[in-house]
Amino acid sequence: MVTGRTIDQGVAKEKGKASKEYFESVAVCFIDPQDLKKIGIKEKDNVLVSTKHGSVVVMALKSARAPHLSVIYIPYGPWANVIVDPETDSVGMPSLKGVPAKIESAGDKPLLNLSELLTTQFRKG
Amino acid sequence: MPIVKSVTCPVCGCLCDDIELTVEGGRIVDIKNGCAMSESKFLGYGGEHRILKPHVRKNGRLVEVSFGEALRKAARILAGANYPLLYGWSSTSCEATRVGIELAEEVGGVIDNTSTVCHGPSTLSIQDVGIASCTLGQVRHRADLVIYWGCDPWSAHPRHIERYTSFSEGRFERSEWRGYLTKTKALAVRKKVESALRRMLNKEMPAAPSANHGLGSSILKEGRKLIVIDVRRTRTAEAADYFLQVEPNTDYELLETLRAIVRGQEIDVGKVAGIPVEYLEEIVDAMIGCSFGVLFFGLGLTMSKGKQRNVDAAICLVRDLNRRTKFVIMPMRGHFNVTGADTVFTWQTGYPYAVDFSLGYPRYNPGETSVVDILMHKESDAALVVASDPVSNLPRRAAEHLVRKPLVVVDPHMNATAQFADVVFPSALVGIENEGTAYRMDHVPLPLKKIAEPSEGILSDEEILRRILAEVKKLKRNRQRKVP
Repeated sequence: MVTGRTIDQGVAKEKGKASKEYFESVAVCFIDPQDLKKIGIKEKDNVLVSTKHGSVVVMALKSARAPHLSVIYIPYGPWANVIVDPETDSVGMPSLKGVPAKIESAGDKPLLNLSELLTTQFRKG
Repeated sequence: MPIVKSVTCPVCGCLCDDIELTVEGGRIVDIKNGCAMSESKFLGYGGEHRILKPHVRKNGRLVEVSFGEALRKAARILAGANYPLLYGWSSTSCEATRVGIELAEEVGGVIDNTSTVCHGPSTLSIQDVGIASCTLGQVRHRADLVIYWGCDPWSAHPRHIERYTSFSEGRFERSEWRGYLTKTKALAVRKKVESALRRMLNKEMPAAPSANHGLGSSILKEGRKLIVIDVRRTRTAEAADYFLQVEPNTDYELLETLRAIVRGQEIDVGKVAGIPVEYLEEIVDAMIGCSFGVLFFGLGLTMSKGKQRNVDAAICLVRDLNRRTKFVIMPMRGHFNVTGADTVFTWQTGYPYAVDFSLGYPRYNPGETSVVDILMHKESDAALVVASDPVSNLPRRAAEHLVRKPLVVVDPHMNATAQFADVVFPSALVGIENEGTAYRMDHVPLPLKKIAEPSEGILSDEEILRRILAEVKKLKRNRQRKVP
């Protein structure tokens, strides 16, 4: 899994993190079309992305610029943060790119909006 | 309608300073020269997500309070903490950051900026091996070979290519924009033909061959050349004359192989990082054959396996190339004033980020005094976040500790972090509602203009921090008086 910026995410974050545009631009996972076919998932289906640090449901989107077999891309944001590697290797920087991940159909698990995601992931004091 | 010219854009590290804004009735109604992110910020800054009043958490809920009440509560939190964390600083002015550092020293906390999770490893590397760099003006006028490694400026710095590199009209180098348009049109026609064939034959065509590498003669063309090296094909890669698709987490091997080829050593394997060695030899020929080359690198190097060692190798590659030609290297800084934050931190403390004042003097040890490590080790007991949204940007397990402890947020927006705060101060947007100074990614300082008045009662980050600092000092004086 690679996380990073997209132009849609950049535009939406300026509109506001609670905006529909932000949700639609970051709660997604770009997957190579051949990988989508291999795991039997259609575009815009929800997928469960899991790493050893957690799992999160996001919407599967076809990569516009394939091929990049076995590489998935999730834009920076609260959804990606659930599953990135917080280990800094003693230099202060967590590992946000090149994290081994597994994708599968989300089944009954829902795609949470920002407010629901924050409520499930964090608890105040 | 009045038009304000030469406005500096407060979005990304490009700090484009040719923005023209049309202002009507105190509001920005039109923008010229801005990218999509710039338009979104300048035209949408007054949106529904702005915070208009100070808030304090009472009975588990954020409620509107007076500025004075929020100020007293924030000062009590920060002055009462043993090891407070002061984080953010990359999306505010240098003037605000200067006050923040004084506040960190006053409360004996750790102050860190967002470099720590972007180009922090690059800074460590530059401290280790140095850097050969220049300004973006030099690149615009002189660079005949541009390399983007592990970055996608088309998405993250949308005008970088147009203003400073391949599509800019330099004094000594021409823009490659027309060539790109021709290539794009040819690509569109090819896609249409393939699509039509697919429909006619009613079956799946084999996927187009990967354009990983080997774009034929384009690397030998006259004029500016653009090479992109990334783990995936991006919009920037599509504009390139040559694209190398590197396997994830293998940048270090690739960089060291390029160094070996530059030094004339034989490579005894067929492929490195998934790329045939003959293509690497072509790249090295282009590097050595250029008159002025520049390597821009992004988080593809700093966030993947190897981290600062990847950057070490990239800088050393440029050092090796300087024995054969002229070559420079520059990190693609993200937030509009992350370079300014590093610069002010360095002026004031001697260190660019992750500065710990808990012993009464500045101490710097990324990996120990950096925000993710402090939060993962659950060391901080309070935090002040200024112009940043760590709950959206840090790994969940780190943000978890941040929100559990008393939290003060200074931000124009009700972002994810503000929703968990104990005190929230609404602030004016620097570069739109108040002025200040920011540093471009090449360390050129530029003025940020005030274009419109903020809503009533909304102060700048700098002014809010000054007031918090004064209140903290007052609290500490009062406590000292009470001690017999």
